[in-house]
Amino acid sequence: MCLAIPGKVLEEFDRGGIRMAKVQFGGIVREASLDYTPEAAVGDFVLVHVGFAISIVNAEEAARTYQLLEEMDQLTELDAPVVDEITARKPQ
Amino acid sequence: MKYIDEYRSARLAQSVVNEIRRIQTRPWVIMEVCGGQTHSIVKHGLDRLLPEGVELVHGPGCPVCVTPLENIDKAHAIAAQHGVIFCSFGDMLRVPGSSGDLFTLKSQGADIRVVYSPLDCLKIARANPEKQIVFFAIGFETTAPANAMLVFRAAQEGTKNVSVLVSHSLVPPAMSFILDSPLNRVQGFLGPGHVCTIMGYREYEPISEQYKVPIVITGFEPLDLLQGTLMTVRQLEAGTATVENQYSRILDREGNVPARKLVDRVFEVADRKWRGVGWIPNSGYKLRSEFGDHDAERLFHVGEIDTKESSVCVSGQILRGIKKPHDCPAFGTACTPLTPLGATMVSAEGACAAYYAYGRHLNQQKTAPAAQAQMGGAA
Ligand code: SF4
Repeated sequence: MCLAIPGKVLEEFDRGGIRMAKVQFGGIVREASLDYTPEAAVGDFVLVHVGFAISIVNAEEAARTYQLLEEMDQLTELDAPVVDEITARKPQ
Repeated sequence: MKYIDEYRSARLAQSVVNEIRRIQTRPWVIMEVCGGQTHSIVKHGLDRLLPEGVELVHGPGCPVCVTPLENIDKAHAIAAQHGVIFCSFGDMLRVPGSSGDLFTLKSQGADIRVVYSPLDCLKIARANPEKQIVFFAIGFETTAPANAMLVFRAAQEGTKNVSVLVSHSLVPPAMSFILDSPLNRVQGFLGPGHVCTIMGYREYEPISEQYKVPIVITGFEPLDLLQGTLMTVRQLEAGTATVENQYSRILDREGNVPARKLVDRVFEVADRKWRGVGWIPNSGYKLRSEFGDHDAERLFHVGEIDTKESSVCVSGQILRGIKKPHDCPAFGTACTPLTPLGATMVSAEGACAAYYAYGRHLNQQKTAPAAQAQMGGAA
């Protein structure tokens, strides 16, 4: 579970002072914090671990790593339920 | 395009293996530290591609595996309480405690939720002010910045109903512990790439120096692992012992400075028990006292829990590179991923589970011959 997953920063936004982004992983878009990669910008590829970008990578590296993680069945964390105002209230 | 790439990397891989064969003059035992690396090595059969005298042994770097049973039982005790929403990464839900796993507890009515990011706990806490939200903060250094941010934000914005059950482990003390053992066989390390993406590799330099072992910080792709092995064998053959960085396209000596700073702000180093291995000094984190209001162990008064592990399981020796899954009589028979008896079978990144997933329980292969010779035939 220590492997970070590469994705593309689609857009940035602020949530209560945390710099957040929508990040695309293959066909899935999830939110990630950019607090630890202040230099990351829209269009960059970042390595994301449990909702935090930890490093910027180039596009070729991102594609190769993503494919490898997929083959190793290491993308399951992306399937975790999305928590929003409504789902936060009720048990899964 | 894809095929050309694969062809090119297969050819590159072969040339790295040839180079290892060319320079190697005597047997060497190298440990890959990280469970993601173990998984990749076993999946791609890299250990079998290497010349016979270069043996890869599998390290303790699977955070789910080394989470002690006591902490899993503590998680259960907290999650079973009324008014608690217990949150965890998905990997922990299937890990059996002394009485079943968290999935079972959930099916019995406990409010247990899988979260993607620790920050999800803040949203859940705000939406459920009458409940206590407890997050199972497990992981190595890679995960610590995310978990630290949850605590930091909760404290900063005054979200009082969030706490964490801290069960963090740190890689370098575990490496020293392995090297200190009289049974140690490890002569060089492939260091953990994504752990060092956060931490950099400064803290590996004293280990390399003190124990005279080469440490090559390595990625987890097949070519990374072979190149890391080549760099390690080169050092072993030359008699040098330094820290090198095979993964320089991702990380540097300093790591991720903002992440390290926040981890340091929230956590302090503490002794820590590793499942299958025991206590390792200074190998974990605990919350700094200023964040005590968010410490689940303080809030829930779960006392010390006594647990018993299977007596056949040799996962403690596997985690230290002394044995391999085939050396265990229960491997693939009494112990499988569905009925794990020990640490290295509970997560896909554990050596026993990786061997099982890729069918290695179907053929008998004991510890590599080079290793047996080195150990005087005892396996
Ligand atoms: S196969 Fe199971 S019982 Fe044997 S060492 Fe591995 S985890 Fe322990």
